[in-house]
Amino acid sequence: MAKRVLLIEDEPNIIEAISFILSRDGWTVHTQSDGVTALDRVRALPPDLVILDVMLPGKSGFDILREMRADATTAAMPVLMLTARGQERDRDLALKLGVTRFMTKPFSNAEVLEAVRTMAGG
Amino acid sequence: MLSFNLLIVVALGYVAFLFAIAFAAERQAANGSKAWLRSPLVYTLSLSIYCTAWTFYGAVGYAARSGLEYLTIYLGPTVVVIGWWWVVRKLVRIGRAQRITSIADLISSRFGKSTALGVLVTIIAVAAATPYLALQLQSVTLSFAVFASAPGHDWGASELNGAALWVAAGLAIFTIIFGTRNLDANERHYGVVMAIAFEAVVKLFALLAVGVFVVWGVAGGPGDMVKMIDASPIALWDQNGARWAGLTFLSGAALLCLPRMFQVLVVENADESHLATASWAFPLYLLAMSLFVVPIAVAGLALLPPGSNPDLFVLTVPLSQGQGGLAILSFLGGFSSATSMVIVATIALSTMVSNHIVVPLWLQSRSQGAMMSGDVRAVVLLARRLSIVGVLGLGYLYYRVSGGGAALAAIGLISFTGVVQILPAMLGGIFWRGATRWGAAAGLITGTAIWVWSLFLPSFGPDVVIPAQVLAHGPWGLGWLRPQALFGISGLDPVVHAVLWSMLLNATAFMMGSIVTFPTPLERLQGAQIVNVFEHSPGARAWAQSAAEAEDLLIMAQRILGPAEAQAIFQREALEQGKAGYLPDVTPGFVDLLERELAGSVGAATAHAMIGQLIEGASVSVEDLIRVADEAAQIMEYSSRLEAKSAEQERTARALREANAKLTALSVQKDAFLSQISHELRTPMTSIRSFSEILRDGDMTPSVQAKYAGIIHDEALRLTRLLDDLLDLSVLENGQVTLNRQTGQLRELLDRAQGAAGLRAGGLTIRRRKGDETLVLTTDLDRLTQVFINLIANAQKYCDAPRPELRIVVGRARGEVVVDFIDNGEGIGSEHQQVIFEKFSRLTDHGKAGGAGLGLAICREIMARLGGSIAYLPGQGGAAFRVSLPAAAAMAAE
Amino acid sequence: MAGRPPPPVFLASASYRQRRLRDAARLLPVVGMVLFLVPLLWPDATGLSIPLVDAEPVRNSNAMIYLFLVWIGLVAAAALLSVFLRSDPETPPGGEDRP
Repeated sequence: MAKRVLLIEDEPNIIEAISFILSRDGWTVHTQSDGVTALDRVRALPPDLVILDVMLPGKSGFDILREMRADATTAAMPVLMLTARGQERDRDLALKLGVTRFMTKPFSNAEVLEAVRTMAGG
Repeated sequence: MLSFNLLIVVALGYVAFLFAIAFAAERQAANGSKAWLRSPLVYTLSLSIYCTAWTFYGAVGYAARSGLEYLTIYLGPTVVVIGWWWVVRKLVRIGRAQRITSIADLISSRFGKSTALGVLVTIIAVAAATPYLALQLQSVTLSFAVFASAPGHDWGASELNGAALWVAAGLAIFTIIFGTRNLDANERHYGVVMAIAFEAVVKLFALLAVGVFVVWGVAGGPGDMVKMIDASPIALWDQNGARWAGLTFLSGAALLCLPRMFQVLVVENADESHLATASWAFPLYLLAMSLFVVPIAVAGLALLPPGSNPDLFVLTVPLSQGQGGLAILSFLGGFSSATSMVIVATIALSTMVSNHIVVPLWLQSRSQGAMMSGDVRAVVLLARRLSIVGVLGLGYLYYRVSGGGAALAAIGLISFTGVVQILPAMLGGIFWRGATRWGAAAGLITGTAIWVWSLFLPSFGPDVVIPAQVLAHGPWGLGWLRPQALFGISGLDPVVHAVLWSMLLNATAFMMGSIVTFPTPLERLQGAQIVNVFEHSPGARAWAQSAAEAEDLLIMAQRILGPAEAQAIFQREALEQGKAGYLPDVTPGFVDLLERELAGSVGAATAHAMIGQLIEGASVSVEDLIRVADEAAQIMEYSSRLEAKSAEQERTARALREANAKLTALSVQKDAFLSQISHELRTPMTSIRSFSEILRDGDMTPSVQAKYAGIIHDEALRLTRLLDDLLDLSVLENGQVTLNRQTGQLRELLDRAQGAAGLRAGGLTIRRRKGDETLVLTTDLDRLTQVFINLIANAQKYCDAPRPELRIVVGRARGEVVVDFIDNGEGIGSEHQQVIFEKFSRLTDHGKAGGAGLGLAICREIMARLGGSIAYLPGQGGAAFRVSLPAAAAMAAE
Repeated sequence: MAGRPPPPVFLASASYRQRRLRDAARLLPVVGMVLFLVPLLWPDATGLSIPLVDAEPVRNSNAMIYLFLVWIGLVAAAALLSVFLRSDPETPPGGEDRP
């Protein structure tokens, strides 16, 4: 059964890349590039897994994560966070907010695939 | 005999010459050399519009009918101007301090910027000027008729009316062209002033020439002339004392109250010291104008057949002696007298009509207020042009209705009596702090009503407006209301009768009204400032602390003063407060200054109302009033000194606050710099890595393969661009850049930038006025183009209007060439305007922008290297950037 | 701006001179007015004024000479005053005289 992943990211080429990798692996990929409405989208779907970028228009990925964790319906949803800033401070903050997995761009495709599989399976 | 056609040619040629003079003066003023245009001599000559066609033609007719009585019309003004230290000096000072635009503006401003009083005075002035304008049309028309009748046929009524219509239309066109070119601050019109100064010389010269011809050519010398006078019908002194004194008073008062005299005396005055020169030179001019009046009259009475119109002796005497050239000169003198008066009078009246009637109505009809309304300047100018046509139309109408029959002198006196109704309110206003607006209104209405009833309406003749029955027995048989014998006192001369009663009751109503009513705070404030104009020049403030946004005020000011001037005022104020950019803090002092600047264009009442719409309910308070009270002069001094000190501290503190805010913002930026650069580099890198892995894995169609390879290529380019920008910036910042100076056309640079900015079809529309772009620049053209490309590309990226549009406006401001890039989007909030030129300061999200936020930082560095600057220009409706280049880099083509 | 000091009791002679010149400037129009109204006292040809003496009416040629002489006199006086008044500085603070 195809599992659903919601990709929250605003860089069109990265969306294209991740969508390609995941759909080739049998996932149904939904994308969302606006930060403000991202949470509504998560609730409306809801996906099996969320891939979340940190720098989003309107709202930061950290804020979205914080709100997801505060909401009972999404509190347990696996979240893979991607950031291009790659600072230790960001990783700490993400972990504190309850991220499932944290990755720094640029990532290897295999790594992402592996992470997604693990998170959805576990 | 002279041909009539030759006369027409001469007249048209003369008008063309006047146009040339006015154009030359305007051009010279635009080039900044105003010294000569603004000399005491020109000022004095411009005052000579007091001498209208009434003087030129009418004075001789007057003398032929009533002996020396004509002199009263010049003796009154002589006394007033010689006594300049009393009244005129004060008026001029008030005019400057309050930026008065007309006599209606003065009255309105003095009495609490009252719109109603402005309207009242305007109506009185227009009503009083109408007969006078008719008089000018009549005299020019009659002078044409003199020449036209010579070849053998006399002009009939229809030809006279036709000529008058042509004259009125011609004058309207001249006045519109030179009187409403722009809304100059303080309403100064260089071209017009120069033209009327020239006309002043022409009319004086012409009258003197005819006089010299009569005394030496006809009579045979001064001695013979005296004999000729003694033998004439006007040999003996026969003046009625009441008329002599009454008319002297009337003409002196009229000098102060006539809108056109107020215009040249006060509004067009460029320097108070010119008054000292005019104080003796203007009486001398009047003397010269009256010197030969009696000789010409006597010669006319002796030489011409009985029944000739004495109002035309100035023309007919030379003609009868075969002096065609002299007659033409004399015709030009009369023509000059009439045209200069009409031009200035219509300018003054149209200013009053537009500022006090049209614009207030227009503002009221727009509920959104001054902020949202369109271009106020266009409305004001249109209102003025229409008023000019309207005022001249009224004059023509009066000419037609009154039949053009009455003697010139009689019409002039009717006009004078009407306009001096303003005198009590004016003198009371500038000398008596107790005067109130109710008193002023009561006086003006009372006096004007008496004037209309006892002089203006009867002037049309019995049974035209007032039935003969009423003239003889009063309305409804009430004898004491007979127009020319009010309160049962008959036997007085009609003019003296009207002056006496209207002035007496006007002044009484004014004083009683002022005593029993109570002034509003603003009236008291204005009263104190105007009555004591020589003491407190800086003035008390009409505005308390306000909540208006500087940007809103700027938008409004731009609509009235024009962008360049408004921006200069705001920038100057900001600089004085120690701030950069165009938006100063809105202090009461600044609002006050701004209001005065606006008043110089649209009048005090309108300016006050417009500012009031933006600064709700923050007008003058009791506290402010205490500061202006004379009794508290000591406190005021002390507190103003304290204020000066605290203002100084406030300025320093503000500068420090601003520096601190900037530092904090910068440090946050610097802190974010590393993570930003990391982000900017990693984002394209992510795509590249990911897609190259996908390609490596193989197993896809060639088209998909090509697409992904394309993405990798694009992202690699993006990375390169970013690195280029970073390097570029670091080179520029370190000052290691070498400039490659070249010479080129601004238009070509903009063309190149427009092409290189990569505009998508259906995206941004660019509006340019290529005619303004013909400037040759010598600078690093490639660098400058880079700045332009950046600005165009920014507008393309960030302009969020449904139909995005970018205007590129080239102009000059304070000796610099400025190129403004103004889009129609939402613009940038004032909180962001400080930081947009910093590195990585992107306001929207990065995905859409596709840049690293380095563009404006690079632009700023480039402009600094080129010796110019780039700044955000607030208040343009959308985002606007101004690129300024030092003038040395540019020279105008051609 | 410095505060206004209490006005000194005695003024320097230069500013004393200035003040008297201004008084003269204020007086001049009054003198002119009076001189221009003198003709009202003349016997005239209308017979309306009360003839105190059974005098001949004044001739207009003489009236003209009188009026123009007064006029030119006023112009000259005003010109003279303006030369001295002009050099007076632009109203220094507190320097404007008040009654």
